[in-house]
Amino acid sequence: MELQAVLMAAGGGSRMTDLTYNTPKAMLPVGNKPLMWYPLNLLEKVGFEEVIVITTKEVQKAMSTDLKIKDVKMKLDVVSIQEDGDMGTADALRHIQPKIKTDILVLSCDLITDVALHEVVDLFRAHNATMAMLMSKAHEFTETVPGQKGKKKTAEQRDFVGVDKSGKRLLFMANEADLEDGLSIRKSIMRKHPRMLIKTGLVDAHLYCLKKAVVDFLTENKSISSIRGELVPYLVRKQFSKTVNSQKLKDDTDDQTQEKNDGPLLISSRDEPLLQLAQERSCWNDHRGDMSEAYHGGKLRCYVHIMDQGLCCRVNTLAAYIEVNRLAPKLFEEPSVHPSADISERCQMGSDSIIGAVCHIADKTSIKRSTIGNFTTVKEKVKVTNSIIMHGVTIEEGCNIQGSVICSNAVIGRGADLKYCLVGNGQHIEPEGKREGELSYQTEQPN
Amino acid sequence: MLSLIVSEGKDLTKEEKQRLRKEKKQQKKIKEKKDDKASQENEKEKKPVTSAAPASQPPTQPTPTKTKAELKAERRARQEAERASKQTKKGETGQQAATSKPKAPPSDLQPVVKRLPEHIQVDNPDVLKKLAKKLERQQIPLRSDYGYKVSLFSHLHQYSRKAPLTQQLSIPSTVIHPAIVRLGLQYSHGIVAGSNARSVALLHAFKQVIRDYTTPQNEELSRDLVNKLKPYISFLNQCRPLSASMGNAIKYIKKEISNIPSNCKEDEAKNKLLNCIESYINEKIILAGVAIAKCAIEKQKISDGDVILVYGCSSLVNHILCKAFEKNRKFRVIVVDSRPRLEGKEALRRLVQKGISCTYVLISAVSYILPEVSKVFLGAHALLANGYVMSRVGTSQIALVAKAFNVPVLVCCETYKFCDRVQTDSFVSNELDDPDDLIVTRKGTTPLEGWENESSLGLLNLVYDVTPPDFVDLVITELGMIPCTSVPVVLRVKNVDQ
Repeated sequence: MELQAVLMAAGGGSRMTDLTYNTPKAMLPVGNKPLMWYPLNLLEKVGFEEVIVITTKEVQKAMSTDLKIKDVKMKLDVVSIQEDGDMGTADALRHIQPKIKTDILVLSCDLITDVALHEVVDLFRAHNATMAMLMSKAHEFTETVPGQKGKKKTAEQRDFVGVDKSGKRLLFMANEADLEDGLSIRKSIMRKHPRMLIKTGLVDAHLYCLKKAVVDFLTENKSISSIRGELVPYLVRKQFSKTVNSQKLKDDTDDQTQEKNDGPLLISSRDEPLLQLAQERSCWNDHRGDMSEAYHGGKLRCYVHIMDQGLCCRVNTLAAYIEVNRLAPKLFEEPSVHPSADISERCQMGSDSIIGAVCHIADKTSIKRSTIGNFTTVKEKVKVTNSIIMHGVTIEEGCNIQGSVICSNAVIGRGADLKYCLVGNGQHIEPEGKREGELSYQTEQPN
Repeated sequence: MLSLIVSEGKDLTKEEKQRLRKEKKQQKKIKEKKDDKASQENEKEKKPVTSAAPASQPPTQPTPTKTKAELKAERRARQEAERASKQTKKGETGQQAATSKPKAPPSDLQPVVKRLPEHIQVDNPDVLKKLAKKLERQQIPLRSDYGYKVSLFSHLHQYSRKAPLTQQLSIPSTVIHPAIVRLGLQYSHGIVAGSNARSVALLHAFKQVIRDYTTPQNEELSRDLVNKLKPYISFLNQCRPLSASMGNAIKYIKKEISNIPSNCKEDEAKNKLLNCIESYINEKIILAGVAIAKCAIEKQKISDGDVILVYGCSSLVNHILCKAFEKNRKFRVIVVDSRPRLEGKEALRRLVQKGISCTYVLISAVSYILPEVSKVFLGAHALLANGYVMSRVGTSQIALVAKAFNVPVLVCCETYKFCDRVQTDSFVSNELDDPDDLIVTRKGTTPLEGWENESSLGLLNLVYDVTPPDFVDLVITELGMIPCTSVPVVLRVKNVDQ
């Protein structure tokens, strides 16, 4: 077997608590499909037959009842971990280490993309890389987000990504938060790669191909707890560290302890001398202009594939969630109206709206650029524009909902007027209520 | 007249082949009758044909392998009989012409009919259909050709590097072993390039395949493993056409696998195969290289004060030069390079790293630099059975100019690269690389940017060319220094050994 897929679905969605305080992030509906269905669909389309899903017990229960997830033909090996949030992604990998038999492809459940996966995996295969990851050019979010006054977003910590001139080899990766004194680049990197492009406008898709040796390395180094935050920068730095490249390790006693820790990372395959011979005899070199052999003799290599076209979005903020609800349905050619929905003939429905299963849409309603979830009831004379309505919602007559997100099982009273609001799970908006730019998710009443 | 006979002959052979298969079952009963009838016609028609003579002679030596030749002779005799009877039906003129020109129809040499390989018949839709069917059966995706092909080379495949074969494969590849997928990618990206490197990498991948192989129930390792390797070889062929050295290595492995006795246990058999591969690489590549270097240095082919010209990056020539430098010979090297591959830069790097003083020129300057040169060392991709040297495109030009300047040209080649193909020009069988490699961007402009849209523009990126033996003075192999025309002798000796 070549690759095992691991889907990380235990994340709490800490940057969009308004949505996730009741529904786990992995099961948030996007285009009327649970969020984790999208990465699973990507894996299934490409040809995977088994996926290891790491998630919480809550999500596991929700998965077993969800129809779309049951539709997935792959074999899902669900591993549940504690929900307290102490376990990072790397800790989770360590937890499933006994199941890992080959190289792995790690995905996050909040990734929605239509990337050609072979581009990332080909880099991993062809260059015998230790890690290959996917990044994408970031796009501005254009929709107004409920609860945000104006378009100003809090400046998120930027990521500085350095690639070589071919744009494939990853040379440098750091987050703004770690660079308090400025960006410093080691001379050894500059000597080997005199031309480096540093990009800041990239979104990390959290899709990594890792060698099996990396998982073994994690079991020995229990201090690393997050893949993105710690493991990836560590691997990128390690490409150019002296211990990896130098031949004489016996003299340096300091390096010896490090060497023990790095041991598993540099495990060479069997028949290493044959591979060496093939490389020696080959007249290929990845760089020109200096005296070193291909890859500068480095055994640890990290590659990145940067997507510039196509959809690649990580749903970890409310803005991203809204954006993705607009774009994700365009990835698939499914009918926008579910066959079991009951829509009256005098309803005005725009072509870019999606109606879920078993909905009741009454007369004289107008639904434009919106997503309506399953089991939702929309009564007469309701105007829904630019909004996301989740499952089981009841909207009474005469409501006007604009640019809002209404979570599951909410009830919007008659004549309510909501603009850019977020209504939490099971909330009731009183009749004739007028809300603008508010987030109402405090649940004190029992449902 | 002649063409009519030839076409008739071809039609007949096809029909005869079909009939042959049916008649094999009735062989034993009617055998003797046909023998008698055929032997008379045999003597009439076979006399002028000398090449077919040894096989058609009734065997007198009591060796056991001759029974095959007997059957062959009988089969051919039967074919002659059928053809003769058909021709009498069709008219006397036809028969007369046939008897007077026994050499012309290829049906005379029917048992050794050679089908044209698929990869040089790309403009023939039937052949393409057959290939597509075969690949479908083996579950390998078909790689589609890219771009406009220059008409002289439209019978060859031309692929684009941006459309790798892995696009159509499932990602955890189940049909093809991951080591083979990796190898195919490395071939198509050019990461493993060069005859020796490709063979070593291929054998390395086969070692991994053999290690991971388990014999299924009711199957024999000797037969099943060969069948397992066939789709892998098709896959690698689709990624990049196989080289002659790879072809020979594959033949060797297939022979070794089929020679495994059926009572051998799986682990033992696998170990045996792995050892065979190791010893093949050791003998044919590593030790051969050492022997060639020794031969070249000791026989004073590299002497003090020499100015040696090399072309491109040949692992063997670089090895020889490095060894000579280690033995303290004083010489300098001129490295000739050509676009688009610019492999000479890599050769330059390796030689300068050793400490050899080098000069670097492009191939357009070769006639200016040749007056300084005392010897030319060339590497080879393959040596053909008629003494022609198949090597990187540009080699024949260098050999030609060197001949014009009376500079000796020495080709260094291991014997495992000898192949029994015959070719006299570079058009018939070649490899077309990605035409986009020719596009270069200088100072921000790319003149060839939209070349596909120009209807009268074609880009041609050839990989190989053949050098006639008249331009080559010596071939250095591990068997010694031989003239180019002795290649068929070596091949025959090798075949007898095996």
